[in-house]
Amino acid sequence: MLSNIGNSILFLSVLLCFSIIYYSFQNLKTNKDSITKIIFQLCVLQSTFIIISFLTLIAGFLISDFSLIAVYQNSHTLKPALYKIAGTWGNHEGSLLLWVLILTLFSFFFLILNKNHSKNYRIYTLIFQNILILGFLFFLLFNSNPFSVISPEPKEGLGLNPILQDPALAIHPPLLYIGFVGSSIYFSAAIASMLSNYSGKLFAKSIKNWVLVSWSFQTIGILTGSIWAYYELGWGGFWFWDPVENASLLPWFVMTALFHSLIVLEKRNLLYFWVIILCILTFILSVTGTFLIRSGILNSVHTFANDPSRGIFILIFLSLMIFTSVFVLFKKLKINSYNVNFYSKETFVLINNWFMIFYLITVMLGTVYPIFTEVLNDSKVSVGPPFYNTVIIPVVIFFLFFMSIGPKVRWIKDNLKNLNVILGILFFSILINFLIFYLFKSYSLISNFIIISSFFLIFSSLIDFVEHFKNHSIKNYSRIISHMSFGLLVLFIGLNHNFSLEKDLNLKLGEKITFEGYSLKFEKLYLKEFKNYKAIIGEFEVNNLKDNFNLSLYPQIRIYENPNTLTYEASIKTGILKDYYLTMSNIDRSDYYNVKFQKKPFMIWIWISVILISLGGFLRLFKNEKKNY
Amino acid sequence: MKKKIIKSIILLTISFILGIFFIGLNKSSTYNTKDLIGSKISKIQLIQLSENKIITEKELKNNDFTLINFWASWCGPCRDEHPYLLKLSNETKLKLLGVNFKDNKKNAKQFLDNLGNPYDYITTDNSGKQSINFGVYGIPESILIDKDLIIIKKIIGPINKKDFESIKKTIE
Amino acid sequence: MKLKIIIIFFLLQLNTINAKVLVADPNIIFKNLRCLICQGQSVADSNSEFAQTLKLVVKDKIREGKSEKEIYEFLIDKYGEWIVYKPPFNKVNSLLWILPYFALLIGGLIIMALVKKRSNR
Repeated sequence: MLSNIGNSILFLSVLLCFSIIYYSFQNLKTNKDSITKIIFQLCVLQSTFIIISFLTLIAGFLISDFSLIAVYQNSHTLKPALYKIAGTWGNHEGSLLLWVLILTLFSFFFLILNKNHSKNYRIYTLIFQNILILGFLFFLLFNSNPFSVISPEPKEGLGLNPILQDPALAIHPPLLYIGFVGSSIYFSAAIASMLSNYSGKLFAKSIKNWVLVSWSFQTIGILTGSIWAYYELGWGGFWFWDPVENASLLPWFVMTALFHSLIVLEKRNLLYFWVIILCILTFILSVTGTFLIRSGILNSVHTFANDPSRGIFILIFLSLMIFTSVFVLFKKLKINSYNVNFYSKETFVLINNWFMIFYLITVMLGTVYPIFTEVLNDSKVSVGPPFYNTVIIPVVIFFLFFMSIGPKVRWIKDNLKNLNVILGILFFSILINFLIFYLFKSYSLISNFIIISSFFLIFSSLIDFVEHFKNHSIKNYSRIISHMSFGLLVLFIGLNHNFSLEKDLNLKLGEKITFEGYSLKFEKLYLKEFKNYKAIIGEFEVNNLKDNFNLSLYPQIRIYENPNTLTYEASIKTGILKDYYLTMSNIDRSDYYNVKFQKKPFMIWIWISVILISLGGFLRLFKNEKKNY
Repeated sequence: MKKKIIKSIILLTISFILGIFFIGLNKSSTYNTKDLIGSKISKIQLIQLSENKIITEKELKNNDFTLINFWASWCGPCRDEHPYLLKLSNETKLKLLGVNFKDNKKNAKQFLDNLGNPYDYITTDNSGKQSINFGVYGIPESILIDKDLIIIKKIIGPINKKDFESIKKTIE
Repeated sequence: MKLKIIIIFFLLQLNTINAKVLVADPNIIFKNLRCLICQGQSVADSNSEFAQTLKLVVKDKIREGKSEKEIYEFLIDKYGEWIVYKPPFNKVNSLLWILPYFALLIGGLIIMALVKKRSNR
């Protein structure tokens, strides 16, 4: 029943796409300045249909209609309602429907919100966006249909993998998709801009809010993924440089480069083609990321059920996108002479782009390199955290310095008069680093530089903030917040890395062990039955010997029946200064349990920093909106 | 002209990358240590299960072929491959070296009493540390080496009929 | 004056750094090793049989006085390059290590060229 509704709506949506494209071309032929009403009506209809089909799938999950394969494979009657709904986008097919939904909504809103821009530009954007929608609808209908039926109808579903049942992960895909699927709109707009010769400042104005929206959501989306990894995987880390994580980071780098360059395009009418390239690159990387994850070409912790036929479809689609955009670009590309002065804001924006592209190339290369060695050399390599840390961290130091100085520099040309202030801040940062180094714990040279440079950025931003406040100009507070929070993020990650304590122990019930100022006692072990799982719960007493601080932690080993899995639940005590993190796992054929104790300083501040970074994006968006009306 | 060259280079690079992705799709992304065939085994020190004799590579150099088999009494798939090991023990050119992995003596002996003992030498690896020297990462796993201690075959998981026949072919 | 103080600070710091990091840290090594059974996990994060055994062996090697690098070399010899998360620099992996810096260099040159064009006028 639901399957029929869903399928027919999707089919109608395909027809709608064709008619939107048809009427758009008709509209291009006329000399009228406005877009015909029929196009608006079709777009409203299209959005409504896609929303209905998405709601239909959610309904399928909510009422546990196991005649749908997607529901049968990813849901269970005993699951809480929140995770039934989240199950909708927790699988390949459903998440693709979410893709289409976001593509469609962005298409619709771009059409109605950009009334002041040229008609041809809007129409071309609509055409390309609808071609994208069409592509994904075909993918949905012919390869990954969320409304496929199974018969006879199973009595019970297979259930959702328990480690995916987490509030952060429930909202993670929608947030992330608004980010990188949202970037489709400026991909379409970039091509439209070239075809309709609608370039320069006006083009920048038309897409800047869209870039900001996608960037802010992408940031939050990445954060929720990290929080999930920290709480749910039980390894104590929050970033593993896993292909799936990298795939979300790649478009983020380009988005960041893009909205910095957009400022230059808007204010100085420079870098038009560079902006175009970045627009195109963002969405291409989003699709590439999806290809890498969904096709199963890479080996990842986060296993999506994968299937090479999906890979081929996305790869063909990706190739078409790339070659079309490159073709248009080559046709329209003109190399202009630029007027950039050495000590000007433009230079610093270029420097930002320079670093972003470096990060991008490093992470991209690290992610796909194993595919290349496999194909060309028939050997398998692993590229993991130590590679990225070695290559990226030293460069981040310079990046932070430029990031501190850049915003203070004026447009066109400036002189170096505030050198004294800069030296003062540098001196102060070194001093603080020094205090941490000698008072608490020593760390490596590179960590010293990281902490100094992050303090430098934080203090520069703070001084900036105070000056703005004095002048009663709150012009740039969004930028200051984002920049400062980025400094905080690097600082807290640096401190977290250097001051965390990790102990891998094998303990028996009743045993007590003392190490580095802590003692840990394995007090109790008991079995408890829950609604949809059984848990072996360990009770551990952690004692901080210095300040005689006591704490009980209860890590679990959970035994789920639907589907039949074993998960290890970390027991985490979150604090303002540090988290205590304890996991327990059984060792086969022995009375011992493998217990991992971790002290992780400033975890919560890492999350807060990222929230603040994206908050800056949202504030800027809000400000832009106010300026326009 | 210069522009044309740059454009062609860009197009070729993109096609190259996409081509690699396309070929990569059909390759398996999971790893096993079969790439290590052809490398040499070294630094062997295995203690025999019954007596306190140590087996080193010297002993193995006298055999034409040796099949080193990692097993344990608690390992289910080890029971599945046992009949093939028994059949292989009849081969004259092949000696079987069993490494009892993270097991206790009593259970191991009982296992062999019940199912038969195919091994020419039985050694023990209580802590599992020796297995690392052989590049073993899960049991059962079997390594076929020749006179020069070069790995010529690696079987990860239980030996099945196909493996059995290919071992027989190799040693002839 | 300020510059001098900064330089002195750094020299002081260099001293403290040279004194440290002689014994290999097992926790760091575990994180840089990939678990072969669980494929996407590091040995530090895994509680599989293999990871537990490997941890014992690494600890033994440290006790024997082996350096971090020697331990990686030993394991690469036994299990192949897949086991380390930091691919060793060799012919096959050279591009991986060189290309990012090459890109950084090219980017810098492009920016310099853009900026210089202006100063010449």
